[in-house]
Amino acid sequence: MKKNSPIAKLITFTVNGKEFTRYVIQSMLLIDLIRDELGLTGTKTGCLEGECGACSVLLNGAAINSCLFLAINVEGHEITTIEGFSTGEKMDEVQTAMIQNGAVQCGFCSSGMAVSIKSMQTRSRNESRIPTRHEIQKGLEGNLCRCTGYIKIIEAAGEILNK
Amino acid sequence: MSNEKMTEKLKVIGKPQPKIDAGIRITGKAVYGQDIKLPYMLYGAILRSEHPYSGFSIDVSEAKKLEGVVCVITADDVDCNNISYRKDHPILKKGEVNCLRDEIAAVAAESKEIAVQALKLIKVNYKPGHGIYDPFEALKPEARIINKYLKDTGQGKNISHKFLYEHGNLDEEKRKSKEIVSNRFVLPRVTHCCLATSNITADFSPVTKRLTLYSSTQVPFLYQRDMAHALKINPSDIRVVQVVIGGGFGSKLDMYPFEPIAAILSMKTCRPVQIIFDREEEFIASPTRQAMVMDIEAGIDKNGRFTFREANIVIDNGAYTSWGATTPFVMMQTFSSLYHVPACRFESKAVYTNNVYAGSFRGYGNPQATFALESTIDLLAEKLGMSKTEMRLINANFKGETSGQGLTYYTCGHKEALEMVIDKSKNQNSEFGIRNEKRFLFGTGYASMLHVGGGAKIYRSDGCGTRVNLDDYGHLTIITGSTEIGQGSETVLAMLASEELSIPISKIKVINTDTDVKPWDVGVHASRTTFVAGNSLLGAISKLKIKLIKKAAEILQCTIDELIFVNEEIKSEHKNNSVRIEKVVREIHFSQPNELCTENFFYEPSSEFQDKDYKGNVSGAYAFAAQAVKVEVDTYTGNVKVLDVYVAQDVGKVLNPMGLTGQIEGGVLMGVGYGISEELMVENGRILNPNFHNYKMLTASDVPNIHFYPIETNDSQGPYGAKGMAEAPLIPTAAAIANAVADAIQARIYSLPVTPEKILKALKEKNIKHK
Ligand code: FES
Ligand code: FES
Repeated sequence: MKKNSPIAKLITFTVNGKEFTRYVIQSMLLIDLIRDELGLTGTKTGCLEGECGACSVLLNGAAINSCLFLAINVEGHEITTIEGFSTGEKMDEVQTAMIQNGAVQCGFCSSGMAVSIKSMQTRSRNESRIPTRHEIQKGLEGNLCRCTGYIKIIEAAGEILNK
Repeated sequence: MSNEKMTEKLKVIGKPQPKIDAGIRITGKAVYGQDIKLPYMLYGAILRSEHPYSGFSIDVSEAKKLEGVVCVITADDVDCNNISYRKDHPILKKGEVNCLRDEIAAVAAESKEIAVQALKLIKVNYKPGHGIYDPFEALKPEARIINKYLKDTGQGKNISHKFLYEHGNLDEEKRKSKEIVSNRFVLPRVTHCCLATSNITADFSPVTKRLTLYSSTQVPFLYQRDMAHALKINPSDIRVVQVVIGGGFGSKLDMYPFEPIAAILSMKTCRPVQIIFDREEEFIASPTRQAMVMDIEAGIDKNGRFTFREANIVIDNGAYTSWGATTPFVMMQTFSSLYHVPACRFESKAVYTNNVYAGSFRGYGNPQATFALESTIDLLAEKLGMSKTEMRLINANFKGETSGQGLTYYTCGHKEALEMVIDKSKNQNSEFGIRNEKRFLFGTGYASMLHVGGGAKIYRSDGCGTRVNLDDYGHLTIITGSTEIGQGSETVLAMLASEELSIPISKIKVINTDTDVKPWDVGVHASRTTFVAGNSLLGAISKLKIKLIKKAAEILQCTIDELIFVNEEIKSEHKNNSVRIEKVVREIHFSQPNELCTENFFYEPSSEFQDKDYKGNVSGAYAFAAQAVKVEVDTYTGNVKVLDVYVAQDVGKVLNPMGLTGQIEGGVLMGVGYGISEELMVENGRILNPNFHNYKMLTASDVPNIHFYPIETNDSQGPYGAKGMAEAPLIPTAAAIANAVADAIQARIYSLPVTPEKILKALKEKNIKHK
């Protein structure tokens, strides 16, 4: 991004545990920052209208649609994308549960699904309360999947959240 | 190979196996079409018509001047053949547009933003005319010709493809009938909603003069041929690299104009060009399931046996033809051969209109046909005063039957499937009937389905090639012609190889994405991959095994028939000594006459090409299924809640239970969507709901309880007895839902989706009648 551009702003933020300082134009969406600028293509674009959840990432641990979020607003915040879930050889337990439960078919919705499940897990730990199956379903409502019929994803989430 | 003998000691087959490619997909490492970035790549964008039917003139001079624009093309800049199997579809339209999807210009630019901006600078002068949006309108003698490119097929004006099929003596069977019902059914347009939108990256090399296409096609070799024809180049100069696909469901069976457009832009600029649809473009410019009107007449004798069926179908083809116009191949099977029926007449016309064109979609016409037929069966049962389950059971298909159309069922789990869902759905383990306020009504509905389960010989070859390569370290590479679109075929192939050779799945690679590397295959469709690619793989492996065993017998100094594959070893059952497979490979490789452990095999199913009357045994095996659905209907709001779906399906043999249930659940939910919520609304050629907000795809909250009972009939033709299964789960779901709703409200809805508005209207009409 051009430094002297009047519409660009210098911001500092963390992605997957690493701190970045970048010039970002005001109108840039977070999804474009993540995919185009940082090359983290594990986050997907399904609609760019906030309807499908494929672009979900964690903002300080809570799931957001990165296609509806302006990049400049991540200033000082912590973003986690699917690439940040696995450290080295070890996958996150959410990813393992999704694989073991057969929750990944074409996989295009999968990183968004994993982000939503992770977000529920963090919340349930903070509130020390295990969500019901119905609440899990509600929690996944913002993530569309055309392949799986959701059941195996709900089961994977249930396994994680009941731990 | 006897199935019983195998079943007792299977180690891999039949055990749940997570998909071998799940890991790369869930870690974000899989490269989908959207993720491809080539050096020096340009971004393409397409200008589509603003009107469904209009004359136009176009001026692209301003767009060309924009900084960052590298190439702008219109019909005047290209010399191409029309596409589609009817060759009725120009890639770029000249002077006249015939549907809202029509491509009139395309741009390649240094960035997506510049490409989009350039489209806005193109000046188009439209002269809109009166479009024809109703196929019945288009069939009238005074209607103008809609598609001017189709050379007369001799099938009638504005008809792209007509099918006529007959068996039995219709008149006689009509006379025999105790009851006859005759009704019209109306089916909506729905669309695939693949989570990844359509995409292509084309890379033409001015040095080699070869074109590489990073494409999500499901039929790479037909695509290569079609692309070559369109561009007037040699098919062998085209390399198709299949990217990881974010959902297919039939949508990638045809080649669409955006793909040759990207190729042309790349050839003109000598740079890679990428085109990716946004979601609205995906809704407008990717194909739909055929909307159609079906007039069905059917009869039954006094004992409840079916006598005849007559189907007259008018399909809205849209402005151009796609493979979707051949869905009557499948529909006619359902009318002629699902449940035993002595006489059948089937006629369908795919009629041109100025609507967006239809394409192929999982089930390929069968969800429509099954809805109309299974609704008709309920109506017959009501009229005769017979139980709906009893009537289905006494007419069910059976093993050894050859249907009127010539389909031969060497194995057939139809009756078992029906009995299973009838029995299981008696259980009261859900919310069914729980709410006893008068406001809620409950109902149960049944439907069956028949679909090809062993490929479908609709192209001259329905085969698949495989090459297997066992390396010096005992790892196996399977190079298969078949294609993975998320359905899990790679995993099943690896499982088959693992079972045969006793090599663990972690040591097996499946290569299947590059036409420069892989042997020919007709493509992924018709639920054929497990069956055809599986048999092809088994053929290659059996050649490989012969080679290995010969050498092993030499090493172990024993006869070949006492050798078995176990734990990566070849072992003599008598002598109790063994040798590691990799050691055998090295012996073959490094001792004279020095050979590699590589084998090729091409499998062509034994099915027949149907004759001109559409008779013949078109598939190597047939899949049968039955579903029972329980619904709750809210009579205040008209809302339908699908509570339980009982699914029994003849899958031949369960290879991977995890993959199988995944396909079942995904298919069923897609069927529920078709039944109650999805419709692409089109008015005067314009799409009213081109977004996920208004096109109602179901979410995690809408999932019913799905109870699945696989039925194993061990088809001797299938790999380990398996049949194709992946389209089937969606086919009878909407039909069973409609029957369940009719059971609940005691009034029938003759169209899909069964919406609250239709239910409230039906309830109102019923009350008026009863007063
Ligand atoms: S891409 Fe962000 S919600 Fe669909
Ligand atoms: S796995 Fe394909 S969209 Fe969910």
